[in-house]
Amino acid sequence: MKTSISDIIDRYGNDPSRLMDILLDIQEEIGYIPEEINQKIADQLGISKAELVETISFYHFFSNKPLGKYHVYLNNSVTAEMMGREKVKQTFEEEAGIKFGNVSGDGLIGLYDTSCIGMCDQEPAAIINGVIFKDLTPFRIKEMVKYMRQGMPVNEMCRQNYGDGNNSSDLVQAVVSNNIRLKGTVVWDQYSPGEGLQKAIAMKPAEVIEEIKKSNLRGRGGAGFPTGLKWEFCTKAMETERYIFCNADEGEPGTFKDRVILTELPRLVFEGMAIAAYAVGAKSGVLYIRYEYKYLRKHLENALEELRKENLLGKDIAGRKGFDFDIRIQYGAGAYVCGEESALIESAEGKRGEPRDRPPFPVDKGYKEKPTIVNNVETLAKVTKIMKKGSEWFLSLGTKESAGTKLMSISGDCRYPGVYEIEWGHSIYDILEMVGAEEVQAVQVGGPSGTLIGPNQLPRHLGYEDLGTGGALIIFHESRDLLKEVVMNYTEFFIEESCGSCSTCRNIPVLLKDKLQKILDGHGVVQDIDDLLDWSKPLKISRCGLGHTAANPIVTSIQNFRHLYEKRVLRDREFETGFNLADSVRESCEAAGRPANI
Amino acid sequence: MSKAIVATTSLAGCFGCHMSILDIDERILDLIQLVEFNKSPIDDIKTFTKQCDIGLIEGGCCNSENVHVLKDFRKHCNILISLGECAIMGGLPAMRNGIPIKECLREAYLTGPSVTANTEHIIPNDPELPMLLDKVYPCQEIVKIDYYLPGCPPTADLIWETLVALLKGTEINLPYEVIKFD
Ligand SMILES: Cc1cc2nc3c(=O)[nH]c(=O)nc-3n(C[C@H](O)[C@H](O)[C@H](O)COP(=O)(O)O)c2cc1C
Ligand code: SF4
Ligand code: SF4
Ligand code: FES
Repeated sequence: MKTSISDIIDRYGNDPSRLMDILLDIQEEIGYIPEEINQKIADQLGISKAELVETISFYHFFSNKPLGKYHVYLNNSVTAEMMGREKVKQTFEEEAGIKFGNVSGDGLIGLYDTSCIGMCDQEPAAIINGVIFKDLTPFRIKEMVKYMRQGMPVNEMCRQNYGDGNNSSDLVQAVVSNNIRLKGTVVWDQYSPGEGLQKAIAMKPAEVIEEIKKSNLRGRGGAGFPTGLKWEFCTKAMETERYIFCNADEGEPGTFKDRVILTELPRLVFEGMAIAAYAVGAKSGVLYIRYEYKYLRKHLENALEELRKENLLGKDIAGRKGFDFDIRIQYGAGAYVCGEESALIESAEGKRGEPRDRPPFPVDKGYKEKPTIVNNVETLAKVTKIMKKGSEWFLSLGTKESAGTKLMSISGDCRYPGVYEIEWGHSIYDILEMVGAEEVQAVQVGGPSGTLIGPNQLPRHLGYEDLGTGGALIIFHESRDLLKEVVMNYTEFFIEESCGSCSTCRNIPVLLKDKLQKILDGHGVVQDIDDLLDWSKPLKISRCGLGHTAANPIVTSIQNFRHLYEKRVLRDREFETGFNLADSVRESCEAAGRPANI
Repeated sequence: MSKAIVATTSLAGCFGCHMSILDIDERILDLIQLVEFNKSPIDDIKTFTKQCDIGLIEGGCCNSENVHVLKDFRKHCNILISLGECAIMGGLPAMRNGIPIKECLREAYLTGPSVTANTEHIIPNDPELPMLLDKVYPCQEIVKIDYYLPGCPPTADLIWETLVALLKGTEINLPYEVIKFD
């Protein structure tokens, strides 16, 4: 071992609130987090072993067992399935001689499913030892497993060219593509670092907030909360130690625009954080970014370093006495719910990513119980541009209630998947035409937590007055089996990602899934469709948005595609459970070595 | 008014729900004015002798015999009621549902720390024995259930109120104390 455990913990000042970093570093160093060292870690941090295990056990990418010298995390999102994941998965299993969820006997290869890696426009994709592989095919898998047996380092296995833009820079070197299909006038317009911030510090902090309020900018993370108002709330909090968080967790399947912004324009985002810091008087900021984007780490650190050199971060920023602000990068470890702002804060404090009860909201009591602003990557990028060009200009784009542009992550059955920056107000129909989608059966607007709409709703418009969205559109061709391929996958996603605190969110999606499976198996009756709708209702009392939306795939597909359900249910009876005695006793009879006498 | 006929059974339950039926105390005297018991542990009638008005089921289904009894109840009872957590959700026995049945059997009969007498290392295999199901099923996943009485066990008052309401055709009286559990 090169670095000792205690050195790693020392590196973070023996601070238990930096547990995520400590665990990530230990896992990086040893390959996993052996149970034998738990006591040692806990002792050095002055926490109980139970507290430590609470955190470790929460995150998908932490493991207390060796993961395999090559650990493969293959995305299992809907788009991955649509683009041929099943064959890729089978080939992996055949070539490695193990099933997913296992490590080969010699400890060489570990195969794992994972929920979303932010690459829906280039699926099937996998993360192998932290390196992204995209557009996978059985041919490539056979090659790669051969290389693994030869002991080749993972980064040498990439036989594709590095991606466009900064993906091929020395600090990134990833095969990932940006797929920027449409450069809009806000984010992608010419950018020179510091201009937004200079404008801001020429104003009073309250004027900056006023300008953002006037621009009508609303949060781009999904909920659409007015950004200026959020900042104003923060300034009203009593405590003056305040924090700025940038939410780069981007866990909603089908969303990948924040990855592209951070690849191409990290400084635009960091500058937005500095403007927010100036406006509310914060001294520190945190970029909370998902583990899947670990390959961007050096690139992001470098962007911060450049900003420090240019005095756009650090002390007396841009020459303004007393304006001190710096940013650290906090990686997550695989949990969709950590995108929820209070869970994100918990996670950044080194704990399980369980959402907090609200109120108090983060603007009152956030990171370390201090007032905290959490904004999405795209929101902060826009802040910088609004400061530079003014709220009038921003208001001139988009619609009355939805000012400006939106970055859309578009994937699924279309010719040109990728990132599009468009003004609010366009119809889904026009967008589909632009992205080369034909014979569309359905569009998932906003990812699994959003809405599944059908052809008769394509004239609907993007915007808070009609279809508000965090920016994902996933397109499904007529030939897709919506219930089996889409609704089931999304429902399983929520089951996998629930933090488990609320009994509603922990249980109801499982019951819904079983009922949907019953319908898919041909045992459903009409009552089952109504049950699905009724049983979804109590989810609304869950603590966070994950629970609130976990039934959306089922509910919105029943609302808009009820005929697909009705086609599958039995018409000739009112009640049917599908229970089969012979099937259910098979295993136990086998184990006992007795005949099944039904 | 002719007496209503009631049957009861305990499947994968602990008999606690039946105990709760007895907890109606002296009201049982009123009850037998209203009902006659058929197949039930209460009077020890083992097989149905006639069609019943109401069947009360305690416990879910953990083995093939439970399934047969439950289906028999469905056939012979006009109204079937799931009585208690085990019947409604599987209850405590369903704790095994997360563990594959083969693993459960191995642990119980072969490898568990308390296994000392099973010197021949067999998992019980007499064809006379009921067969274990792959998991514990709540009753409504096997047959149609008409009413559910929650609780572990449901309180005597809840059972009493339900029976009286059903038998007299009146609206059930469900004060908060009867259905709150914490
Ligand atoms: C389960 C869940 C996941 C979320 N994931 C994200 C995410 O990945 N990125 C994001 O910006 N917001 C996410 N949000 C929304 C955040 O809670 C929060 O509203 C947002 O970061 C605020 O920033 P904004 O106002 O700039 O949009 C999520 C919310 C929930 C309930
Ligand atoms: S709704 Fe779900 S994810 Fe959110 S806090 Fe409750 S259990 Fe956790
Ligand atoms: S519900 Fe409770 S009292 Fe009734 S059988 Fe189950 S464990 Fe026993
Ligand atoms: S699963 Fe495709 S972007 Fe997340």
